[in-house]
Amino acid sequence: MANSSVAQGAQAPLEKEMARQQRLDEILSSYQGNEEELIPILQQVQQVFGYLPEPAMKKIAKFLKLPESTIFGVGTFYAQFKLVPSGRNIIRVCRGTACHVRGATGILGEVEKQLGIKPGESTSDLEYALEAIACFGSCALAPVMVIGNNVYGRMTPAKVKEVLANVGAER
Amino acid sequence: MSFADIQKQAIAEWQALHDSRKPRILVGTATCGRAAGAEAVLAAIDKELREQNIDAIVIQVGCIGLCYAEPLVDIIKPGRPRICYGNVTPEIVAQLIEDYLVKDNPRPDLALGTIGDGGVDGIPNLFGLPVLKSQLRIVLRRCGFIDPTNINHYIANGGYSGLVKALAMKPEEIIEEVKKSGLRGRGGAGFPTGQKWEFCRKSPGEEKYIICNADEGDPGAFMNRSLLEGDPHSVLEGMLIGAYAIGAKEGYIYCRAEYPLALERLRIALKQLKEYQLIGDNILGSNFSFHLKIKEGAGAFVCGEETALMASIEGKRGMPRSRPPFPAVSGLWGKPTNINNVETWANVAAIMQRGASWYASYGTQGSKGTKTFSLVGKVERTGLIEVPFGITMRQIIYEIGGSILKGKRFKGVQTGGPSGGCLPPDFLDTPVDYDSLTSAGSIMGSGGMIVMDEDTCMVDMARFFISFTQLESCGKCIPCRWGTKQMLDILEDIVNGRGKPEDIELLQELAESIKDGSLCGLGQTAPNPVLTSIRYFRDEYKAHVEEKRCPALVCNALISYYIDPEKCQGCIICLRSCPAGAIKGGKRVIHVIDQDKCTKCGTCLDICPPRFNAVVKTSGERPAVPEEPVPISSAGKTRGGQQ
Repeated sequence: MANSSVAQGAQAPLEKEMARQQRLDEILSSYQGNEEELIPILQQVQQVFGYLPEPAMKKIAKFLKLPESTIFGVGTFYAQFKLVPSGRNIIRVCRGTACHVRGATGILGEVEKQLGIKPGESTSDLEYALEAIACFGSCALAPVMVIGNNVYGRMTPAKVKEVLANVGAER
Repeated sequence: MSFADIQKQAIAEWQALHDSRKPRILVGTATCGRAAGAEAVLAAIDKELREQNIDAIVIQVGCIGLCYAEPLVDIIKPGRPRICYGNVTPEIVAQLIEDYLVKDNPRPDLALGTIGDGGVDGIPNLFGLPVLKSQLRIVLRRCGFIDPTNINHYIANGGYSGLVKALAMKPEEIIEEVKKSGLRGRGGAGFPTGQKWEFCRKSPGEEKYIICNADEGDPGAFMNRSLLEGDPHSVLEGMLIGAYAIGAKEGYIYCRAEYPLALERLRIALKQLKEYQLIGDNILGSNFSFHLKIKEGAGAFVCGEETALMASIEGKRGMPRSRPPFPAVSGLWGKPTNINNVETWANVAAIMQRGASWYASYGTQGSKGTKTFSLVGKVERTGLIEVPFGITMRQIIYEIGGSILKGKRFKGVQTGGPSGGCLPPDFLDTPVDYDSLTSAGSIMGSGGMIVMDEDTCMVDMARFFISFTQLESCGKCIPCRWGTKQMLDILEDIVNGRGKPEDIELLQELAESIKDGSLCGLGQTAPNPVLTSIRYFRDEYKAHVEEKRCPALVCNALISYYIDPEKCQGCIICLRSCPAGAIKGGKRVIHVIDQDKCTKCGTCLDICPPRFNAVVKTSGERPAVPEEPVPISSAGKTRGGQQ
C-alpha cells in the first residue's frame, strides 16, 4: 500500500542501536505472544522508531512465532505503517469528500509547494513528511490539515504558510 | 456498591454542580472544537478567571453539533439560563468574562441562544432556532451537556439504567424489545438489529463475541467520532446490553487510529466502568460477565467491512472473505459474532432506558427513531445533526443547513459516501429514510451528507470517489481491484479531455460487472457514485466527452484563464504573483496569459482586484483576447472599470 520496499536505512551508531534493541525488547516483553497482538506491537514499534525497521520486524516474527512474510504482509497492508524512516513532523492533509469539495486540492498543492515534497515523501533532512489522508472526521471545518494531534480547520492556501511556520517555531 | 448507591452518588454530584453558586463555563473541546481553536479559548478562560480572581467551574464537553460556530463556549450563571456563545476567540473570552461574569451584561450581540428555562432579553432560545428546531436528539442528547470523562454525569442523566433494566429481563425479552423498537443498523445497510442479535443468540456455541464498529471510514462522515468523544458511555452501555442479550462474554471496539481523542475518551470510560464494576465478572451481582477490549485500526477503509474488520482484530491483513458463513455463525476466531455500528449501540442504550414503544413513536413506518448526519460541504451551517426519519432533504439542507454557501445554486447531495450516490434537486422533497433513499438510487449509508453546489463538477466527484475506492481496494478480488482501476482510467480520460463517446456506456457496463462480481461491500458499492451521477447528471458527462467542456469549471485540463482586455488596468498584480511566469505585459499594458505556460492554478483570478475583475475562467470557448500585450492607451477602448 503506502510503501513497497524495505528500508536500506543508514547504519546507526552502535550505542544507539543497542538502546533501540533494548527498547524493542521492552515492548515485546509487555505482550504475551499471540497473533492478535501483531498490529498493536507494530503500532508501538513505529511510535518508538518512527517506522518499522527490518530487524525489528524479524524479531517480532520470532516473538509471535509467525513467518516473516506475515509481518511484512501486515506491515505493507495498512496505510499507517511505514517501512522507511519518515520526517519527524508529519504534515497530514485531508483529502476526504467534504475537504475535496471545499478546496483540499489547493491546500495540498500549497503544502507541496512549501515543503517541496509530494504525499508519501519526506524532506531530505527528515524534518517533515507529507501525507494525504482519507478523512479525519473534522468535515464541518473543511478543509483541514493535521500536525501531530492538532487539527487545523477552515484552511486556506494562505493559512498553510502560517501553520507550517508554527511547526517550525515549535521545533 | 449497588447500582442504586452509585446512582445516588452520581445524582448528588450532578445536583451539587447545578446548585453551585459559582458560574459554570462549558467549552466544547471535541475534535471539531479543537480544530477551530477551542484549546486557545480554554487557555484564555483559565487566564482571565485567574486574573479577575473569579471562582468558576470550567467543564470540557463534547460537541453539540453546531460545528459552523465553533469554538463554542456556554456560560451558566446561577439562576440564569445557559447562554451559548459561538465563534469564540481568546479576545471574546476576555470580553465575556469582564462583561457577563463581572458586570452582568450577557452580551446578546455575541450569543447564539439560551438553553433551558427562562430567557434573556435579546437572546433567542437556542433550540427554537431553525438550525435546531427540526432536530430530535436521542443519541446525541447528552453531547455538549455532560463531561464525557465523568461517568457520574452519564449515570446522573439516566445512564446505565438501561443495563440494570436489561439484567432483570431474560435475554430473549431484550431481543424482542429491540425488535419492537424497529431499530435498524446505523452503519449503512439498515439490517434490523433485533433480528441480527437473534441469529447470533441462536447460533450454537458457548463462546460468542460482540463488536462495535467504530472504523468510521466514509470520508465526509464524523457522527461516530463525535458521539464517542461526547458520550462514550452510551455506546458502552449498549454493548453491555447486547452482550447479555446475545450471550457474549467478550467484546471489541474497533476504532480507527485517525480518531485519537475518541480512543482516549473510550479508554477513560472503560477504566471508569471497571472501577464501578459495571464490567468484568458477575456484573452487578448477576451471572453475567463481560470483558471488553479496544482495538485501534491502522488505516484501511476496507476494515469497516465486517469480515475484514474481524481479520484485522485477529492481527491479520484486513481482507474480507465471502459470506456465508455470516459472522452470526462463524465470525471472530470462527465463533458466532455480532457486529453493530457505534450509533446502533448508543440507540440500544436509549431504547432500554426509555422503552421500545417510546422509540418506535419516532420516524416512519419502515425506519424508526432518529439518524445522525454530518451535514457538510457547500452549506452555510455545517455540523452534526440528529433528525427523525421522514424529514425531507429540503428541511435538512435549507432549514438546518441554512442555505447553500455564498448564495450559489444547489446541485446535489451525496449520501452514503463512496458507496452511495448523489441526488439532484428533484429529490429535495424526498423523505429521508432507508427505503426512499434506496429507491432514489442512493443509500442511507452511515450518515455522511455532502452538499454540492453549481461549482462542483459531478464527473470530478465521480472520479474522486472511484480514486478513493480504487486506492482502498484490498486487492483480493479481481472485479474490485482491476474494475475500479479501469473505471478510474476512463474517468481520468474524461476529465482530461480524452473521453470517447462510448466511454459513458462502457462505465455503466463495467459498473454492473463490478457490482455483481465483487466479494465485499466495498467493491459491490464502489460504482454507485458513478452510476448515480450518470443517471442524474448525464449532460455533464456529455459536455466533457463531446465538447471537451467542464460546465462547473473544475476540471483543470478543460478550463482556461484569460484576461479580459476591456477590463485589465495593467496593474501588474497578477503578473507578479503568477507562479508559472505565464503572464506577459507591464504597467499600463494589457496583460496576456501564455496558455502554454499557464498551470491553471487560479492565482490570477483570486488576486485580481475585485474592482477590475479582469480575469475570466472559461471552458470550451476562447474569448477574443489579443495574442500579445497591448498598451492600454493604444488599445483605444473605453475604460469601463476605471475609477
